[in-house]
Amino acid sequence: MEALDGNAMGGLLHDVFGTELTAASAVCGHCGARAAVAETVVYLGGPGAVARCRTCLGLLLVVVDVRGVRCVDLGGLASLDVPGADAG
Amino acid sequence: MTSIEDETPRVRTLVLDVGDWPGHRAGQHVDVRLTAEDGYRAERAYSIASAPGEPLAITVERLDDGEVSPYLVDVVREGDAFEVRGPIGGYFVWDPADGGPLLLAGGGSGVVPLRAMLRHRQRSGSDVATRLLYSSRSLDDVIYREELAETDTGLDVVLTLTRAQPPGWTGPARRVDADLLREVAWRAEDGPLAFVCGPTSFVETVASGLVELGYDPARVKTERFGATGAR
Repeated sequence: MEALDGNAMGGLLHDVFGTELTAASAVCGHCGARAAVAETVVYLGGPGAVARCRTCLGLLLVVVDVRGVRCVDLGGLASLDVPGADAG
Repeated sequence: MTSIEDETPRVRTLVLDVGDWPGHRAGQHVDVRLTAEDGYRAERAYSIASAPGEPLAITVERLDDGEVSPYLVDVVREGDAFEVRGPIGGYFVWDPADGGPLLLAGGGSGVVPLRAMLRHRQRSGSDVATRLLYSSRSLDDVIYREELAETDTGLDVVLTLTRAQPPGWTGPARRVDADLLREVAWRAEDGPLAFVCGPTSFVETVASGLVELGYDPARVKTERFGATGAR
């Protein structure tokens, strides 16, 4: 499966969180690396969308639609800082 | 869809009229969603080719095994409608206030969002010194060929043709590598801002090459289209 990056997840993340997130800063819960969401390693070809840390390839977030229910797992994220969050 | 421009035999630009379009920034993309009669849906992201303030336009390269691009390149006609979501993205975007010098590096259809930045630069009267390094298989595959041949103050365009070169070609004729970056890229001491877009392997080579030249990783912005050269 081809690796893309977090830019490709921008529309999906906007659907889930209601705001632009590719410029948000994500901290990996596995290795502690901080990077823009746009810089994560993203796979879209599977049953869901997966973002991994570019430094350690640890799993950061998964979005899967199961029988019409959208399941979002953010368990691999230590934090997510949205720049200018009040500006939406 | 209001008009079509053929760019190359495999690539065309579609101008779209979207009601209530909120406007976009240079470098953003839209998701195009097609729904078949049986309800099957396919969605792909396409970079916006037009500058902020211009009508929304996307440039699409036909992938022979694609689900969406063959429809957009070969089938869709003026007046047809399809679903778009966007504008999307706040990371891979450039505004004149972000300064430069600006290095834009594009592989194949990765040039599309960079073209939006170039048009934005020109339309806003920005004098930010800018270089475009554009890797294409052959001259016939060069998207926006005529537009890129027009000179603009403070803009250099360097084309590298990786598979076929016309007779008398004196420009680079290989994939972008460390030597080519050293020749073309701004010096790291000048504090350049870089945008790199294209197939994943192209982006990895260019981005890591720039960081090796001393570029600040936070000022090397990347967007990867995957192995196929388009998203």
